[in-house]
Amino acid sequence: MSFFKKFFSKKKKDDLDKGLEKTKTGIFSKISKAVAGKSTVDEEFLDNLEEILVASDVGVDTTVKIIDRLEQRVKQDKYINTAELNSILKDEINLLLSENNTQGLDDFTIPAFTKPYVILVVGVNGVGKTTTIGKLAHQYREQGLKVVLGAADTFRAAAVDQLGIWAKRADTDFFSKGMYTDPAAVAFETVNYAIENNMDVAIIDTAGRLHNKINLMKELSKIKNSINKKMEGAPHEVLLVLDATTGQNAFEQCEKFSEATDVTALALTKLDGTAKGGVVIGISDQFKIPIKYIGVGEGMDHLQVFNKKAFVDSLFDN
Amino acid sequence: MFESLNTRLDKAFKVFSGNNKITEINVAQSIKEVRRALVSADVNYKIAKEFTEKVKEKALGKENVLQSVKPGDLMVKIVQDELTQLMGGQAAGINIKADPGIVLIAGLQGSGKTTFSGKLANYLQKKKAKKPILVACDVYRPAAVDQLTTISEQIKVPIYKEVGNTNPVEIAQNAIKYAKSNNFDVVIVDTAGRLAIDEKMMNEIASIKEGIQPTETLFVVDSMTGQDAVNTAKAFNERINYDGVVLTKLDGDTRGGAALSVKYTVGKPIKFISTGETMETIDIFYPDRMAQRILGMGDIVSFVERAQEQFDEEEAKRLEKKIKKNKLDFNDFLKQIKQIKRMGDMRSLMNMIPGVGKALKDVDIDDKALEKVEAIIFSMTPYEREHPEAMNMSRKKRIAMGCGRSLDDIHAFIKQFEQMRKMMHMMSKGKMPKGFPGMDGMG
Ligand SMILES: Nc1nc2c(ncn2[C@@H]2O[C@H](COP(=O)(O)OP(=O)(O)OP(=O)(O)O)[C@@H](O)[C@H]2O)c(=O)[nH]1
Ligand SMILES: Nc1nc2c(ncn2[C@@H]2O[C@H](COP(=O)(O)OP(=O)(O)O)[C@@H](O)[C@H]2O)c(=O)[nH]1
Ligand SMILES: [Mg+2]
Ligand SMILES: [Mg+2]
Repeated sequence: MSFFKKFFSKKKKDDLDKGLEKTKTGIFSKISKAVAGKSTVDEEFLDNLEEILVASDVGVDTTVKIIDRLEQRVKQDKYINTAELNSILKDEINLLLSENNTQGLDDFTIPAFTKPYVILVVGVNGVGKTTTIGKLAHQYREQGLKVVLGAADTFRAAAVDQLGIWAKRADTDFFSKGMYTDPAAVAFETVNYAIENNMDVAIIDTAGRLHNKINLMKELSKIKNSINKKMEGAPHEVLLVLDATTGQNAFEQCEKFSEATDVTALALTKLDGTAKGGVVIGISDQFKIPIKYIGVGEGMDHLQVFNKKAFVDSLFDN
Repeated sequence: MFESLNTRLDKAFKVFSGNNKITEINVAQSIKEVRRALVSADVNYKIAKEFTEKVKEKALGKENVLQSVKPGDLMVKIVQDELTQLMGGQAAGINIKADPGIVLIAGLQGSGKTTFSGKLANYLQKKKAKKPILVACDVYRPAAVDQLTTISEQIKVPIYKEVGNTNPVEIAQNAIKYAKSNNFDVVIVDTAGRLAIDEKMMNEIASIKEGIQPTETLFVVDSMTGQDAVNTAKAFNERINYDGVVLTKLDGDTRGGAALSVKYTVGKPIKFISTGETMETIDIFYPDRMAQRILGMGDIVSFVERAQEQFDEEEAKRLEKKIKKNKLDFNDFLKQIKQIKRMGDMRSLMNMIPGVGKALKDVDIDDKALEKVEAIIFSMTPYEREHPEAMNMSRKKRIAMGCGRSLDDIHAFIKQFEQMRKMMHMMSKGKMPKGFPGMDGMG
């Protein structure tokens, strides 16, 4: 079955506005409509499904993959009704997510016996790195852990102040050498501060950078290395922050940031908007990096651990 | 990961090799590829569908034209023309003629509003002899006002802010009064990022607009946005009926299909693009370049411009002379490599050149290639660097030893260098050597 086949079978030109409206109605109602009164999965159903997935930024390749797998399952299992089909579909997407190590976390616990636990936060401009750090710090503080935030974004205007405000809000320690200082040195000294002051967690903010800027990516590797020089095994987590509104470019981001820093986990922000963040399905399928956190607002409490089931559900209904 | 339209169409038309006409059958096949390319470039699927229907009609109308044109190339041309047309004709200016002109900036969180506000102020002051003032109306994000303050200091454009006031409508209105009595002729109002479905915040931006009656309202979109671009663009348009769009972060490697989605959905012109974090990186929007970029066909103009940005003019003149005299040497080459490295990574640079991205699709180009070349040149004596013509076998052998590469590598590099030198020399005399990569097939 070829991806855009539907465009040829359906001659009628839909009204664009109506079409867009449709992205806001749940997939289940659409699926129900598509299969109503039918006893098999037909082309039209699959076409519909394609549209839905692509509209959630799942991307052409991953969509085709999901549909292929669905078709195989349906062949095997001799599909009968909508409810079953829905669950098979969710299963398949879940599988794509879990085959690649995205185990659901239950809470914000960090591994025992690693002290300080050092987290380096990276990502392109404006995705929500600093905010995510503030929220994450809040979670650790709630557990009574001692946290320091390191201001290694010394480049963007008022970046240090921004993180400083978050440190106050979340009631954490704060390490900074001011603006326009060497970020690698800030990172190194933050870890040093964490060790000397008996901190449980050190979270280091970095300047947003586009992954195609070689020198900036080199700088990031340098930051990571300098952390490692101060503490063997650190950083224990390199968290890549992705914006749910981002389209297929997220693949490139994931690839390049992984190359520069060996990303160990993903955070998906701004899921409180209308964007679905479907691109992470493909990403999680292609890279072996678990999605750990989702951002659902600008407040301190608006961070959740990634829950596969809830995420897949949210792709399908609004 | 994403194939360009060229590659896709080449594949599609291979099936019909020998058939030099655009027919009902092969057009269907290629149209499918166009759709795939568009959706993979983040064009909204619905829009991709409508767009390609139009292209299909156009393509079929062109049946039996020039036999010499490959159907794939013709198709690319049609798609590109349609897309360019859709993206907007003449570059549209902004309305700041009133005294003062009032520009309201709105958009999602992190899209680049504050940075753009600074860039616009800087541009108007430096290039248009205006006297702008920035207004800090983001009362929510931590240090948002500090950020705009820093920017205002950088570009030496005054800022209006009210410490402690959390009502952006009031701040904006007071700012206009202040601007009037202090002879500022443009007021640029930066606002907080907000989600289109945040009713309270959308009401707020509508009130700001109502309260200050801007002469120009701009909606700022991140060029990396995916399918959601249409929803957001539409929702903001419904509430604040903006006059134009600003596309940010185009210095990245995103295809930027959101540009088409937004333009198509709301029909408002894209007025500016933002291509970096520094204050100078603002440009007007060129529909043709954007069309090529979305189609993954390279962006030769941007390539040239980015090269120019890195270039210092003296150096350029010096080089030009040397090229004319066919005296380019390894030192010059080394400098070039340094510049290329500053411009970005090799693959994205290569992709900007039409045809080259395609030709090198499976070739593993990376910065290491440049480093290898550097290593070779570093192993040359100063004399050799200045006198490429003095290269001989024993020198090559010594260089090979020096940089730890095989003699073949050295041969190959020097041969390439000579070819390049020759080519540049010819080009400097206005002759285009045959087979220059990527120039064929470009309408
Ligand atoms: N709605 C929503 N907004 C968010 C979320 N996370 C971050 N933001 C907002 O997005 C904008 C950018 O967030 P920052 O945390 O400054 O992003 P950053 O990646 O640190 O940005 P730079 O340091 O400038 O590259 C801010 O306005 C945040 O309030 C989220 O989950 N939901
Ligand atoms: N590379 C790049 N970064 C940009 C561009 N425009 C803005 N940014 C960055 O994106 C981030 C968010 O920008 P900001 O202006 O604070 O966005 P706002 O939240 O909409 O006001 C900051 O890190 C900016 O430096 C651009 O055109 N290119
Ligand atoms: Mg930040
Ligand atoms: Mg801002």
